[in-house]
Amino acid sequence: MKRRSLLIYFFVISIGFIYITRLFYLQIISDKYKKQAIENSIKKKYSYPNRGYVFDRNGILLVANEISYDVMLTPRYLKKIDTLEFCKLINITKRNFDKRLQRAKRYSMRTPSVFLKQLSKNDYAILQEKMHNFKGFYIQKRAIRNYPINTAANVLGYISEVSEQLLKKEKYYQQGELIGFSGIEKQYEKVLRGVKGVKRYQKDNFNRIIGSYKNGSQDTLAQIGKDLTLTLDIILQQYGEKLMNNKRGGIVAIEPSTGEILALITAPSYDPNNMVGRKRSKFSTKYINDKINKPMFDRGLKAQYAPGSPFKIVNALVGLQENVITTDSKFICRHGYRYGKRQGAFMKCHCGISGKVNFNIAIYNSCNSYFSNVYRKTIEKYKSPNKGMDVWSDHVKSFGLGNYLGTDLPVGNKGLIPDGDYYNKFYSTFRWRASTTISNAIGQGQVETTPIQLANVTAAVANRGFYFTPHIVKKIKDIKLDSKFTTPIKTSIDVKHFEPVIEGMFDVFEKGTARSSKVKGIEICGKTGTVENFVRINNEKVALADHSIFIAFAPKDNPKIAIAVFIENAGFGSTYAAPIASLMIEKYLHREIKRKNIEERMFNASLQEEYDKQIINTKQIEKP
Amino acid sequence: MRNLNTNILKFDWKIIFLYLLLVFIGWLNIYATTKSHTHFEIFDFSTRYGKQIIWIALSIVLIILILFLDTRFYIQFSSIIYLLGILSLVGLFLFGKKVNGATSWYAFGNFSFQPSEFVKIATALGVAKLIGEKQFDMEILRNQLKVFLLITIPAILIILQPDQGSALVFLAFFFVFYREGLPRYYIYTGFISIVLSLLIIKFGFVIMLIIITLLCIAFLSYLNNKNKYNLRKYWLQYLVIYLIATIFTLSTHYIYNNGLPQRHKDRIDLSLNIIKDTKGKGYNTLQSEIAIGSGGFLGQGYLKGSQTHGKFVPEQDTDYIFSAVAEEWGFIGGSFVIILYMLFILRIIKIAEAQKSKFSRVYGYSIASIFLIHFTINVGMVIGIVPTIGIPLPFMSYGGSSLWAFTALLFIFIRLDANKSNEW
Repeated sequence: MKRRSLLIYFFVISIGFIYITRLFYLQIISDKYKKQAIENSIKKKYSYPNRGYVFDRNGILLVANEISYDVMLTPRYLKKIDTLEFCKLINITKRNFDKRLQRAKRYSMRTPSVFLKQLSKNDYAILQEKMHNFKGFYIQKRAIRNYPINTAANVLGYISEVSEQLLKKEKYYQQGELIGFSGIEKQYEKVLRGVKGVKRYQKDNFNRIIGSYKNGSQDTLAQIGKDLTLTLDIILQQYGEKLMNNKRGGIVAIEPSTGEILALITAPSYDPNNMVGRKRSKFSTKYINDKINKPMFDRGLKAQYAPGSPFKIVNALVGLQENVITTDSKFICRHGYRYGKRQGAFMKCHCGISGKVNFNIAIYNSCNSYFSNVYRKTIEKYKSPNKGMDVWSDHVKSFGLGNYLGTDLPVGNKGLIPDGDYYNKFYSTFRWRASTTISNAIGQGQVETTPIQLANVTAAVANRGFYFTPHIVKKIKDIKLDSKFTTPIKTSIDVKHFEPVIEGMFDVFEKGTARSSKVKGIEICGKTGTVENFVRINNEKVALADHSIFIAFAPKDNPKIAIAVFIENAGFGSTYAAPIASLMIEKYLHREIKRKNIEERMFNASLQEEYDKQIINTKQIEKP
Repeated sequence: MRNLNTNILKFDWKIIFLYLLLVFIGWLNIYATTKSHTHFEIFDFSTRYGKQIIWIALSIVLIILILFLDTRFYIQFSSIIYLLGILSLVGLFLFGKKVNGATSWYAFGNFSFQPSEFVKIATALGVAKLIGEKQFDMEILRNQLKVFLLITIPAILIILQPDQGSALVFLAFFFVFYREGLPRYYIYTGFISIVLSLLIIKFGFVIMLIIITLLCIAFLSYLNNKNKYNLRKYWLQYLVIYLIATIFTLSTHYIYNNGLPQRHKDRIDLSLNIIKDTKGKGYNTLQSEIAIGSGGFLGQGYLKGSQTHGKFVPEQDTDYIFSAVAEEWGFIGGSFVIILYMLFILRIIKIAEAQKSKFSRVYGYSIASIFLIHFTINVGMVIGIVPTIGIPLPFMSYGGSSLWAFTALLFIFIRLDANKSNEW
């Protein structure tokens, strides 16, 4: 063989080698092309299972499904139609029609897209008969949520189209699918939605389906969503919502023996049916933009307020546990408590007693001086205020305060329980001591809680020292409840200290601040609270009307309900919060209200005037 | 004709077997790419795969015809065949039919014919005739110009159609010229120019100029160290080489950016990864790569390729037929076909080298080079490493003209080869 033939031999063999290497890269090393091939040629069609229903604790249906109808359009098949008639049938303008048509064409000429979302039943009925006149359009059924009772929107939440960001995170969802957006719809999304079924089809380069993919061997069936039974007592929930008419605030009721949330009320709220179908985007914008009433803000779970006087219960228990007082301890109250030498270092007291105050009176008359002494003794028991503060903080936190409770609701707040470090940072250049933080004694100062936390504290007191993590779901078909909801959590207070405190709370109704809210036949233990609150406007601290607060549980022995009521800017705890709490308890335990006059007064009471005044005040102050 | 009976055992059956195998694999994959729901009967002649059966059947007739003719016919009439080929190209400008912007076809009713396919045979015969003359010396410049002219005339006529892809095939003849004694520096210069051009297009002329200058300085200082006399004596030559390199770089840059039609420029840019465009100009290549990639190791299975079945690769039955092979038969099938072609081409070269007559050898070399360049460009394009140049894959792509041309090309050689023992 001539040497010169080597060139072509070399060329042939190199080409063969290079090309096989390239094939190896394309077919074996890289998976980019395989992914694109699937994207190219496989069309998935989903079958959506029915979303699970939601019931209240007594089996009353709260959330159901309803069929809705989407008008779909494949622009390529669109023939000459009577546009005006079509517009009239589906209630849109000609201009709107053109806009939607353009959008559909931009999306694809051959692939159908949603032309009009969620037609009402009536529109559908009329349109359906004339559909054959409108080639290119067809109607697709789709299930949407339906709420038979207008209640508990904050708990139930709503579903809406999955957002762009979530699409990237959650591979399960496709554009345009629905996902739980808030409330239990969000928290129990996976349980409620079930699993959609997938059928894979082979499609061609024009996006047309040309057969099943691999004979359906990879197809899956849809799994139906599971039903939820909530812990809510919907009658109590609705009653509470009615009581909260024209007021702002939250009510949380818990069954102490289980931690089940019986009612979770926030006011103002909204009709859950407004968050369904085509109405949703209009209403959600409206609600989100309402920065004054904040109907989407769950005050029961998220609003942080100073707890006020009910917090004295906790301080009393901490004092007893730390042995700084006994039930026989007495302190002198002279319309207030002097905690420092400076002028103004004086906390007023309205307990109405001038002289020695004992433990029982201190609770039912809410004596500020008494609890200032208890708090001070607790902090000062230890070598440094820092250490004392830490011990106090740990006790308080054992009631579930100062951190997320861990409920099965998607929102919540930590509240705030300060400890030594907190004040070291707060007063970085100042030597602080018990008297510096004395407001904590009466639930003012730095302490902040949410209504559900306060209800939980009440449940822990009712249980004489332990609580179950509050939760909203009682039962899921075939699934056991998370064990964290069935395991009791102990507070750091010994059982024996609770009885005298509860006795004091009982006397709140017998002879104390909530005398007028007493319910015949029910032994209620409670504690009123009146919380000062301020807003900062242009760096000026402006006092608003006090919040009205009440916590209670009943019956005194074998408690069935623990409740916290928080009403913004309603004045004394005894004027609004206490009667509302007592009505809730009466409703829950007796199902019937005997004190019609109080009920009537609460239904009709409106604080709108007070809230309007705030807006006016704010505006005046903002203008220099 | 009287020789046929005695020659039938002398046919190279190995090469005939490879030919039949490639045609068969080609048809199988044409069937896969062109079958549809409504048409799947194999003998449905309204379909592309059905028509291909007719083209294959007619090829057999052609083969028999070619093998019946005496070898002297090819040798004696080669000049005339070459001239006929050139005339058929010229005739296109008068009677040709415009398809896809190029006047490459004659249309006789339903039947159309692409002369550029036929011209490959004519040129191969012409080149064989010229170089096959006794004492034809490739080292003589006059002779070099003669052979260059022989391939340049058809190439230019084809470029004017315009069909640059088919014209490119005529570069294949340089393998032949080199084998027959074309001085080495032609090949070196050609090779260096191609590599340099690609580098200039890819990296820009500024960087390349800097690199060339640095290389020259390095080379000169190396020479200077080794032998001072050498540099002193030849400095002018070195300077000229450097200037030529510089002018080459600048002119390549200029021609590439101003002389080349945008679509060619795009195709080159795409394959050099200078631009990325998967929806427009790069769509075909991407779809082809996707189809190949989806094949994996063992392939999706015959008639089960999702991309082939969904017709995602444009022109898949003609230029992109290899993507169907690679998708449905996987890496195994794709490599098998590549190796088949390698064996096929090497076999032709081996036979050519064994020829006693120079005419047969040159002809054999010519067709091996033509098959090689077709294979290289076509498969290279399908697997995305050569710019998009629309030329068919021999024996496998759909189409009568190309199948017959390649068949004739091959079987004339088989006929010549069978006669080698009679020639002295």
